[in-house]
Formats: sequence, structure tokens, C-alpha cells
Amino acid sequence: MSDVIAVSIWRGRGEGRYVDYEVPRLDSQTVLDVVTYVQRHLDPTLSYRFACRVGVCGSCAMTVNGRPRWTCRTHVEKVVADGRVEIGPLANLPVVKDLATDMTRFFEKWQQAKGAFTPSKTRHDKVAHIMPASPARVEVDKAIECINCGVCYAACDSVRWNPDYLGPAALNRAWTLVNDERDAGNKARLAAVAAAGGCHSCHTHQSCAQHCPQAINPTASIAGLKQRTLGAYWSGALT
Amino acid sequence: MTLRLYLLQRLTAALMVPLIVGHLATIIYATHHGVSAAEILGRTRGSLGWALFYGLFVLLAAMHASIGVRSVAADWTSLRGRPLTILMWGFGVLLLLLGARAIYAVVAS
Repeated sequence: MSDVIAVSIWRGRGEGRYVDYEVPRLDSQTVLDVVTYVQRHLDPTLSYRFACRVGVCGSCAMTVNGRPRWTCRTHVEKVVADGRVEIGPLANLPVVKDLATDMTRFFEKWQQAKGAFTPSKTRHDKVAHIMPASPARVEVDKAIECINCGVCYAACDSVRWNPDYLGPAALNRAWTLVNDERDAGNKARLAAVAAAGGCHSCHTHQSCAQHCPQAINPTASIAGLKQRTLGAYWSGALT
Repeated sequence: MTLRLYLLQRLTAALMVPLIVGHLATIIYATHHGVSAAEILGRTRGSLGWALFYGLFVLLAAMHASIGVRSVAADWTSLRGRPLTILMWGFGVLLLLLGARAIYAVVAS
């Protein structure tokens, strides 16, 4: 095994190119370690985004050898192909510079999908008792660990084809709130996710579930939204 | 609008299932029993049952497929709004006319 990795990193904005670097191979080295090495030792003008380095903050996602991944928890040895690693910005998002993407639309879509909690009580009311084993809470648990990294959004064909599509992350978030017994915003939320570009634009390709670093299945959450919106339509709550 | 079309497409799919089974069973029966074209026409001409069976089939297929084409066009082209609706209706009416012509040929002519 060679003691260096041939790394190819996207440089530039919309217009740009892949630039080759050689990075020393180390034990337990992550893709983020590789990018950090390039910036600290080879080219300080390289732009990328990270914060926690332990798979919590969701800011370091990039395209690694063609697949969207969280780079801080991706070992190079698992993704290296013929001694090479190609690292680019996440797909389906505008590139700010190099490996940093503009996440504005991604998060606007969370708001569009009514991804914010709408309280049904005040601080003067008693705390709601949610049983962990209740069916609604079990559904929430399956979807709640999203770290907003954008990997599913970058992996989604429907997002690529239809820029208006809200995407797996925003819809998955909406699904957690639809199942939140304390939330009072579901009428508006179901209307938002049933509108054009909402949950019915999902073609169940399951790329989101395939790539999610948190092993969430947003496709299942979206399927839940499809059922719930149809139910709301039948009962007259959605027109 | 999207939700209604989504629902309509699934409803038409569900309704087509028994019709597809019937259609395939008819084809298999006709080929296995060596029923000739003339014999088939002899059974279908003037038959209200076959006219209704395939009339319903064509109607459902036209609705189902045109909604699907609308979705594909929304994904793969920049068409939005009214042009999408026109495409959907145009494709649906085309399928309906082609299907009606075929039914007319085996039932009425």
C-alpha cells in the first residue's frame, strides 16, 4: 500500500476544476482529515466547512468519489479507489467556493415544509406526557436524529430534476412534527407538504435512505406524509 | 391540485388491476385455443359487455398515463403550470381517441 493518497479536490465556484494533491496516508484517517491537511499544508486558500468533527453538527458533508458523505465520519481507507479519492462539493446546491455550498434554499425548504414546532400550550400548562412506546412517538424516534447535513438532498434525483421539490430532509422533519402530539400546526403543515413540490413529488428512489449517515429512512417518512395528506383530503381537512 | 392528481392516478391504477387481469386472461385464452381474428371479431361485434370493458379500460388508462406524463414532464423539462396542464389533457385526449378508435373497430364496425 502506498504511503500517500492521490487526492483530487474541486476548486472554484460554478466554473472550476479538480486539482490534484498528494496527502500522507495515516491510520484511521478521515476524509475531513485529508481536506484539512490540504488546507493547512498544501493550499491555505481551500474553502470547506466543518465544526464538530464527530458527526453531530452536519456541516462537513461533501461528495466523495461520486457519493455524498459526512466526511468527518468517513474513513479514507473505506472509500479510496485505486489509491485515489475525489472530493467535491455536495450536489444539488450552489457552490459558494471549493467545497462550501450555499445551503440557503435547503433550509428555506425546511421553513416552507413548516418544519418549525408550533406550540399548542404555554409554559403555564402542564408538561405533556408522551409515552415512548406510543405509535406516534415511535414514528418520531425513527426520523428525529437528522443532523441537517444535506446528504439526502444531494443524493435525491427528484431534487435534481425539480428545483421546487422540498426534498427528503425537510419532509422528514415535517413528518416528525406531524407525529408530535404537542404540535398545533399540522393543518398548515399538511397543506404545505401536499402542495406542488411537496411529498407527492417523491418517486421512492430511496437514495436518501441509502446515503443517510444517520441511517434514517426519509422515504418512509415521506410515504407517511403521503398517507396522512390523503387521509386529510378524504376527511375534508385538505382541499 | 397535485394531491388530487396523485390520488386519481392511484385510484385509476387500482381500478385497472382487474381489467388488466381480464385482458391478459383473454389474450392467453385466445392464443391457447387458437381463436382466429375472425372468430374474435364475431364475439366482440355488437357486444355491449366488451365495449364497456374496454371502454372503461381505455378511459382509466388515458387518465392514469396522462397524469404520469405530466409528472415526467414536470421532472425532466422546465414546463410548469398551464403548459403542463395542456400537455396532460392533450396526451389524455389523444390516448382516449386512439383507444376509442380501437374499440369502435372491434365492437361496432
